[in-house]
Amino acid sequence: MRVPVSWLREYAALPDALSPRELAAGLLRAGLEVETVHEVGVDLTGPLVVGRVLDYVEEPQSNGKTIRWCQVDVGAPEPQGIVCGARNFPVGAPVVVALPGSVLPGGFAIAARRTYGHVSDGMICSVRELGIGEEHDGILVLSDADLRGARTGDDARPVLGLPDAVLDIAVTPDRGYCLSVRGVAREAATAFGVPFRDPADREEPAADGPGWPVRLDDPTGCDRFVARTVRGIDPAAESPLWLRTRLTLAGMRPISLPVDITNYVMLELGHPIHGYDADRLSGPIVVRRAAAGETLETLDGTRRTLDADDLLITDASGPIGVAGVMGGASTELHEGTTDVVVEAAHFNPPVIARAARRHKLPSEASRRFERGVDDGLAPAAADRVVELLVTLAGGTAEPGGTDVDLRAPGVPVRLDLTYPSRLAGFEIAASEVVTRLEAVGCAVQARDDNQADVTPPSWRPDLTDPADLVEEVLRLHGYEAIPSALPRVPATSGTSLPQRHTVAVSRALAGAGYVEVLSYPFMGEAAFDHLGLPADDGRRRALRLANPLSDTEPLLRTTLLPGLLAAARRNVGRGFPDLALFETGRVFQPADGPRPAMPRPAVDRRPSDGELAALDAALPDQPVHLAVVLTGDAERAGWWGAGRAATWADAVEAARIAAGSVDVPVRVRAAQVAPWHPGRCAELVLGEPGSEVVVGYAGELHPRVCAALELPPRTCAMELSLRDLVGFAEPVDQAPAVSTFPLATQDVALVVDAAVPAAEVDAALRAGAGPLLEDLRLFDVYTGAQVGAGRKSLAFTLRLRAPDRTLTAEEASAARAAAVAEAAARVGAVQRTG
Amino acid sequence: MPASMSAPNSSFDPVEVTALHPDEVQRMRDEALAAVAAAPDLDALKEVRLAHAGDRSPLALANREIGALPPAAKADAGKRVGDARTAVRAALEGRQQVLEAERDSRVLVEEAVDVTLPWDREPRGARHPLTTIVERITEVFVGLGYEVADGPEVEAEWLNFDALNIGPDHPARTMQDTFYVESPDSGLVLRTHTSPVQARVMLEKREPPIYVICPGRTFRTDELDATHTPVFSQVEGLVVDEGITMAHLKGTLDHFASSMFGDGIVTRLRPSYFPFTEPSAEVDLECFVCRGASVGNPDRPCRTCSSEGWIEWGGCGMVNPRVLVACGIDPHRYTGFAFGMGIERTLMFRHGVQDMRDMVEGDIRFTLPFGMEV
Repeated sequence: MRVPVSWLREYAALPDALSPRELAAGLLRAGLEVETVHEVGVDLTGPLVVGRVLDYVEEPQSNGKTIRWCQVDVGAPEPQGIVCGARNFPVGAPVVVALPGSVLPGGFAIAARRTYGHVSDGMICSVRELGIGEEHDGILVLSDADLRGARTGDDARPVLGLPDAVLDIAVTPDRGYCLSVRGVAREAATAFGVPFRDPADREEPAADGPGWPVRLDDPTGCDRFVARTVRGIDPAAESPLWLRTRLTLAGMRPISLPVDITNYVMLELGHPIHGYDADRLSGPIVVRRAAAGETLETLDGTRRTLDADDLLITDASGPIGVAGVMGGASTELHEGTTDVVVEAAHFNPPVIARAARRHKLPSEASRRFERGVDDGLAPAAADRVVELLVTLAGGTAEPGGTDVDLRAPGVPVRLDLTYPSRLAGFEIAASEVVTRLEAVGCAVQARDDNQADVTPPSWRPDLTDPADLVEEVLRLHGYEAIPSALPRVPATSGTSLPQRHTVAVSRALAGAGYVEVLSYPFMGEAAFDHLGLPADDGRRRALRLANPLSDTEPLLRTTLLPGLLAAARRNVGRGFPDLALFETGRVFQPADGPRPAMPRPAVDRRPSDGELAALDAALPDQPVHLAVVLTGDAERAGWWGAGRAATWADAVEAARIAAGSVDVPVRVRAAQVAPWHPGRCAELVLGEPGSEVVVGYAGELHPRVCAALELPPRTCAMELSLRDLVGFAEPVDQAPAVSTFPLATQDVALVVDAAVPAAEVDAALRAGAGPLLEDLRLFDVYTGAQVGAGRKSLAFTLRLRAPDRTLTAEEASAARAAAVAEAAARVGAVQRTG
Repeated sequence: MPASMSAPNSSFDPVEVTALHPDEVQRMRDEALAAVAAAPDLDALKEVRLAHAGDRSPLALANREIGALPPAAKADAGKRVGDARTAVRAALEGRQQVLEAERDSRVLVEEAVDVTLPWDREPRGARHPLTTIVERITEVFVGLGYEVADGPEVEAEWLNFDALNIGPDHPARTMQDTFYVESPDSGLVLRTHTSPVQARVMLEKREPPIYVICPGRTFRTDELDATHTPVFSQVEGLVVDEGITMAHLKGTLDHFASSMFGDGIVTRLRPSYFPFTEPSAEVDLECFVCRGASVGNPDRPCRTCSSEGWIEWGGCGMVNPRVLVACGIDPHRYTGFAFGMGIERTLMFRHGVQDMRDMVEGDIRFTLPFGMEV
């Protein structure tokens, strides 16, 4: 809401010395968010005067333009010669002249200058040049009425209403009444403790006379309708300058006098008004819901199919408007309108909100009705429109009018007068509570039990609960009075173990050289194709947004890889070919099959356990995943020697780093899963065989994936379910018994079939070696003539130690022999000799 | 037994043993000390040690002769030889230290390298500052005794809106630019704020006291530009207990502000509106850079607060009793407060981040300087 301060001052008796910024600060303290203060006319200096064009000569120019060489009376003995490019003014018209020495907004200095063969002694101004509007298709032509007594040569600023200031206020949804000068003036008067004059406080005629017939068929949707008729307005009458200027400063475009008047009253009082051409109305106005199949051409020229929930204004011809949203084309005010029916009606906020959203027609009217319009205001608003149509447009008000009033009486709010103190945390006397509420406009009926019945004013439909009243008391008292105290917090466990484990994983990867990335969760089908996912891959089953920002990314990610790989490509493109990135974040995995119905429990009680369970059941699974991507060198080349390219093994190692940081053993098996290289993909397995869980995959990406995503060849990646990983972590790690007896090491080289995974040989040795085995390490892999084709040799070191004694050579050998025997039994390993 | 060694003197005969004569001992001692002093390096000193302090050194051999002396002379001679050997050992030790020091200074100089050579073989990693600042904030509240709560990002509309007193036709519902999940009647949205976690905590816990902090990702349909992002983070605090007041809210926010921005930094509350709190307030943070000194002082402009003295930080208020009711908490027994801040915004003004896009693009040049902590 943009409010010209001059308008505000008409109703709030603010001190003259109060600057616009001080005013804004006061409103801010009272809870009105003044976003900007725009001062108008302050950068307009020097001689700016009222002039009158005495005569002009039109002079066509060689550039095709025609200029006017004008003689302008500016109150001096001799007329001023001024060149003007515009031709929208007649001889005798009052205009605004910037004389040499004046400076217009934007630092535009006016001086006598030679142009088009004349010395132009000043400039005739347009509204844009004056900084009070956007129009620039001609100069500002005044009427004699606009001059309001000013004479030629007088300072033009008072005529233009300058200087002024405009407050741009972001009105919160609860303060619908502040979408009006009336509401903001009331707040300003309260904030500065000065008198407020209510512009709605008028002596309108009793509305029981014969007005336009109105019937309200849907009292829920419309509980009040005031209709007044004005006849014989002059269709040629134009809006005076002050009206146009105020509309412009308030952010609305002047259109025609009757329309400008209805907009003016809406801005002033906050009550939307609709005007009908009386000659085009047929029969009584009836307010009702739409019937199936009804249509209406709205005044924007669109034919709209109406919804059964739409509230309509109708006459004998059918629908003539969507109530509170937009009028119909057939009855709208037009250039030749002489007789006007003025509608000031009160509509139900949710009904209007739904209609405006349904027809995508947010308007100044719907914005106000949605937030709740003062339901006591209709007669005054209609009367104000009638007054202006009479005085500015020369119309005659028909006596009387219509006021159909079906409003339910307001329900008072029972307030415990100690409640404000209890909620605020400091003492506010009951007497102050009453005074503050009365300042807001409430009627307070004290009871004898330290309670009061508070009836909010008609312009505050938002005040429905005791807590609402507390806010009013507190904000008028001033939030700055609230003391600062810490509550006594009972002991809790702070962060949970999974939360701490998630942090541990993140720290471990960053410590290992990975840089964290946080990508958006949006993606498109194309990303699945780029990853080479088969048509039946579960990761293709993604949630779709109804209103995505980009049509190419309407899905919610089921894997972190698309976002992470895009970040990798971006970094490579920016000159960083050696990368190690990681990301943790949620992926969204809808269940296969139809989604369970989402319940909508009531809000006046706790939902039942069944309802809560159904709410959660309707949500997709959203586990936190961890992913890494590696490309280029894992260790750089330098003066120390060559670099080391990142490989599939680094990707697997990333999983081990993550798992190791929460002390969860991870096992690895070969797998063939997109988007990985079919021969270089590891499946990451947690848990013991039998109850194991595959938590993710790691390895080198498939060459086609690298090509499709424009990533360097041999880019590697890992993705796992971090939720599953931290779920495997033990709540309390058991400390090992540290033996101080000497270590015995035994090396063994085993020859196996080349296809036997090293992990299986490792597992067999561990199983066979028994409890003396402290650790086992593979230190060499050999293939070649010495072991034969299709075979490989794996060399291990067994570290053996007993908890209670020094091992004898025989014991160590026996453990080694048992390990070898188990490997022989499980995978056909043969001990290599020589 | 060496042939030169005298036989044991058990008869107490006064036998003259030449090697134990005082002059002779003095001579051996002088020779040894001279040799030690003359040893030019550690290798030479090793030979000197062998010759003058070893098992076959003259003083060692002389020591063995003591037994040949009559008992009356033994003590005297023993002391003489012992003193000499001690002196020689001390001299050896001293010379050893001198020569080692000489060697060290020479050899270590020869081994010197250019320590300014770069060593960036192992690339460094870093955590995203959004992650670490969330941890920092969490730490502040865990320090006060809060628990950390979490909730889903695809959320039921009922929890995102209805339970928070944002009914189906509430203007705030359009205000929030919500991403809806297909189909339109799915009742699923990308949560527009972390406040549904509040409702979840109350519904789950059933009975106060509740002291939780809820950090998380949230979503609104804003296009990405320098100051907007469709995906952003919030941190939300919720307290529900007996006797909780707005003063507790203010005190908690002040504690939060000074923990994050420096001792003595406070907050300011301004009346505002949120459907789920009543009374509601905007939270402004005292400018931690100029502490208000830039206000009305054009000579000392402050970029952080645009010379306003205060920085818009978030929203807060007392939990609306309607929300307590919908979440099964008795509003007559319990009151509560809630507050919420944008993490990106906090990071922007705390660390001078100029462009929102830097936080979402994943450029390593942005993240690396933040290291592991902010």
